[in-house]
Amino acid sequence: MKTNTIKMAAILLVSTALVAGCGKKTVEVLPPAAEGTDYGQTPTAPIAPTSQIVPGSQEDFLQQVGQFGDRILFETDRFNVDAEDQAVLQRQAQWLAQYPGTRAIVEGHADERGTRDYNLALGERRANSAKNYLTSIGVDASRIQTVSYGKERPSALGSDEQSWAQNRRAVTVTVR
Amino acid sequence: MSLFARNRKLASFVLFILGTQAAIAQTPPAAAPALDEPELVEFDTSKTRSIAVPALVAPAPTDTAAGNSLALGRQIAEVISSDLRASGVFETQGPNGLRAITLPEVATPQFDYWKSRPVEQLVQGFVRVGGDGNLTVGCYLYDVGFGNETTRLGFNVPPREWRRAAHKCADAIYSRLTGELPFFDSRIAYIAESGPKNKRIKRLAIMDSDGANHRFITNGQSTALTPRFSPNYKSILYLSYVDGSPRIYVYDIDAGRQRLITQSTSPTFAPRWSPDGQTILYSMAVSGNTDVYKIAASGNGTPVKLTSSPGIDVGGSFSPDGRQIVFESDRSGSQQVYVMNADGSNQRRISFGSGRYATPEWSPRADLIAFTRIAGDFRVGTMRPDGSGERLLTDSWQDEAPTWAPNGRVIQFFRTAKGSGKTSIWQVDLTGSNERQLPTPIDGSDPAWGPVLP
Repeated sequence: MKTNTIKMAAILLVSTALVAGCGKKTVEVLPPAAEGTDYGQTPTAPIAPTSQIVPGSQEDFLQQVGQFGDRILFETDRFNVDAEDQAVLQRQAQWLAQYPGTRAIVEGHADERGTRDYNLALGERRANSAKNYLTSIGVDASRIQTVSYGKERPSALGSDEQSWAQNRRAVTVTVR
Repeated sequence: MSLFARNRKLASFVLFILGTQAAIAQTPPAAAPALDEPELVEFDTSKTRSIAVPALVAPAPTDTAAGNSLALGRQIAEVISSDLRASGVFETQGPNGLRAITLPEVATPQFDYWKSRPVEQLVQGFVRVGGDGNLTVGCYLYDVGFGNETTRLGFNVPPREWRRAAHKCADAIYSRLTGELPFFDSRIAYIAESGPKNKRIKRLAIMDSDGANHRFITNGQSTALTPRFSPNYKSILYLSYVDGSPRIYVYDIDAGRQRLITQSTSPTFAPRWSPDGQTILYSMAVSGNTDVYKIAASGNGTPVKLTSSPGIDVGGSFSPDGRQIVFESDRSGSQQVYVMNADGSNQRRISFGSGRYATPEWSPRADLIAFTRIAGDFRVGTMRPDGSGERLLTDSWQDEAPTWAPNGRVIQFFRTAKGSGKTSIWQVDLTGSNERQLPTPIDGSDPAWGPVLP
């Protein structure tokens, strides 16, 4: 368990660096590089040549589900999975079906405009919404863990509606 | 509680009575309030009182583990002066800029001199080093206008605890002059923060009520949040991600060890103590649904689930008599404040203003509940336990998580800066006046104020 946790943490760091703070629901209204977000870390090209990506790895998962395909976004205080989210989670489920030896951790997050304890509860609710949908379409529940970070780990760093929209998220991170 | 009883309580820290007059056991010369009646002295922060605090006299300067007693005499006066000034109720003079007083003056002040400064109240005292190496600190309060002594206390402390003697003296003066309970001799647990907004390092830390004697408890390798001192200051409840997910631990300060409050694999957060320290209130999410639970602090009991709404029920704070709990719930569609009996019965909403209401904390005086109101910006306010009399005390972009001073007259909270996410700890009195930032070595959040030390 301890080793797994450390491994997960390492993967998590990589995934945070790889993915942009951008989200599908707001993508139309977002400027290409808003000040104060972590866009600077976003690679403009694939991280590594396709040939080097190990099948079944987190890198493989990110490539297969597409940009921002590892996350679903939520409205303020909401935790429902809408049709757009379902499409994202279906691609994740397909990948998980392809690699039955893998597991997933769904991280639930909230924006900074909530109180700390409530946001921990809200993040947990969001992570569970994603997990519940994944299990409803066939992913074994025992393969999915959830963890809430509340408002502790924002993806976008601004104090504005666009950043908050990107931070209200549930992100799937795979573990081998 | 009467001043008389209050001073007797203070005396638990006092190992002797000064001089010929048993000040603590006798009625003070000035008009004393009747026992168990509403205080005669109004708490009125609009009227500040001037008070002079010359350096305490060191009759025979002696080296101690905390420095020479001559220097300690000045430092103790500085702490007394600083405490009283920070309360917002007093304008203080000294010890800087005031002449040195002599030992005979301690018991026989030169009232004419102090009247001419002018100043209304005078604090004098002495520091002696005993044969056992401990300090004896004498603390005298005089009403300059009336020309009489109103309070006299003595404290016997190890040299390293000299600040406590100063806080006790300031507490006695504050109580005598305002009619309020003391609060300076108390401690604060909080989260020390550093690093960029998306990789914030959050460490559990503790300090005295004035920011002194600061100490980091955790090293920052795993995120720590929402600490609460136990009522006896022996342990701290807090949330840690040390095993990867949020769980509540009880940290034993002396032993330097911690344990989980419950063995459940579900995430636990928002820990609180009952006023008697026997029960721990916490929130736990099971399959995404968060409810409020309680469990014996001994760790031997079975958790009792207190709420069962499908929404988020979280946080909570016991009333001082331990019979009720105020908590927050979004069962109505948004965060609001609810009160229930300590067994979970009779849950009822009390917040009905505009916006969301969060982080309720019951005042140690029982008369008010502090909260965070979210209506665009976050503001800290108070309401009565029935929800009436709402009053907002702060106005900033994001003020959050009030915690009460042990006397229920001052509220601490943390402020987050828009954009940078930098945090700082602030306090404000119940009138919304005297807002000031508490000094911390790095950024600070989640303050939790403990009771007055015995």
